[in-house]
Amino acid sequence: MHYWLNLALQFFLSYISTVCFGILLHIPSRAYNVAGVIGGGSWVIYWVMYYQDGVGLAFSNLFAAILIALCSRWAAQHKKMPAIVFEVPALVPFVPGGQAYKMVRNFAIGNYYLVTVYFYQVVVIVGAITLGFGLGELLNRIIHYRRWKIVKKNR
Amino acid sequence: MLTKKRRRLALRTCSLAGRILIENGSNMERVNDTLHRMAHTAGLQDFQAFTTVTGIVLGANNMPNAMVMNIRRRKNDLSKVTAVNEISREMSQGLITLPEAYAQLKWVDRQGPYKYQNLVEALAAAVLSMALMIVFTGDYRDSWAGFIDGGISYAVFSYVIRKFKIQYLGEFCSSLVIGFLTVLMVKLGWAHSINDIIIGAVMPLVPGIPLTNAARDLVSGNLISGPTRGIEAILTAVSIGSAIVIVLHFA
Repeated sequence: MHYWLNLALQFFLSYISTVCFGILLHIPSRAYNVAGVIGGGSWVIYWVMYYQDGVGLAFSNLFAAILIALCSRWAAQHKKMPAIVFEVPALVPFVPGGQAYKMVRNFAIGNYYLVTVYFYQVVVIVGAITLGFGLGELLNRIIHYRRWKIVKKNR
Repeated sequence: MLTKKRRRLALRTCSLAGRILIENGSNMERVNDTLHRMAHTAGLQDFQAFTTVTGIVLGANNMPNAMVMNIRRRKNDLSKVTAVNEISREMSQGLITLPEAYAQLKWVDRQGPYKYQNLVEALAAAVLSMALMIVFTGDYRDSWAGFIDGGISYAVFSYVIRKFKIQYLGEFCSSLVIGFLTVLMVKLGWAHSINDIIIGAVMPLVPGIPLTNAARDLVSGNLISGPTRGIEAILTAVSIGSAIVIVLHFA
């Protein structure tokens, strides 16, 4: 019971934070709900993978980034908006702000061993997200290959 | 056959659309795609576009001179990207003509801030800081401090950006404010953990658009824009981090 309550809370909070980042970036108001669901859902899946099931840091970030890219492309086609409107706000919970802060903090204190540890984590997360977006793009092209060919031919 | 005047208008429309898209944080593949689609609809043949983060060069056949558009600032306003996307789609479906598209693009470009924009943004940043602080650290007791810190620092950020128009200085100043307020609250005994509050309050300032665009541009093989956006993201992160280091030195 406690587990499901925590899960719902995580979804709710990341939904809110995604919508708020959308407001900061001025995304159109009819995209708020979809972007929030994409952000919240992918964060919940990441949370279950990383914190509960113990899948590694890199792989859970990679999976979440692929999920965001696929869902954003789908939402972009349905709502007739650029995919970036959903991708950037949904990515906010995954930005390694905490690790980057701890790196800077230990740097200020002079604890250089921990600086390298957190730097490694930041690099792994950013690399996994970049690779995940690339793989998501690749999957999108595989799914929409036939449509792409028609668009190219008509041009 | 197009008249010379109409061809010039078509190129001008394309360059305006490209400038709006790049200024407001679109990825380069979408910019190129939109420009080619618009030029094709307008009837330009053999259209060439060279787009970078700081400028566009456009040309078509039978035109002796290329058109250059300089891009000075970047604002990250995704509503304009969506509006240009809409105009381009309507134009390629034949719903609006070229002069109408140009007028609409000019209107989109002139759009200023809406009413109470700063207040709404500060509130959104405050809620964002509080929510992400709880998500990342599980710390409920200090969430009110994250709320206040995030709101005030974002208000400072938008004020500095609007007044002085220097990139990276806004992030630096607002991070200084975050650090100062947090240390003050903890020293006064109102809040408990400096780390948790700063982690939450810094989140509205993270370079989300440059990071995403760097990834997508690199993946699509754009070797000029991808690394440039990456450098933009790194510089923003460094300016936040250096301000935090300065404050923590005195904490």
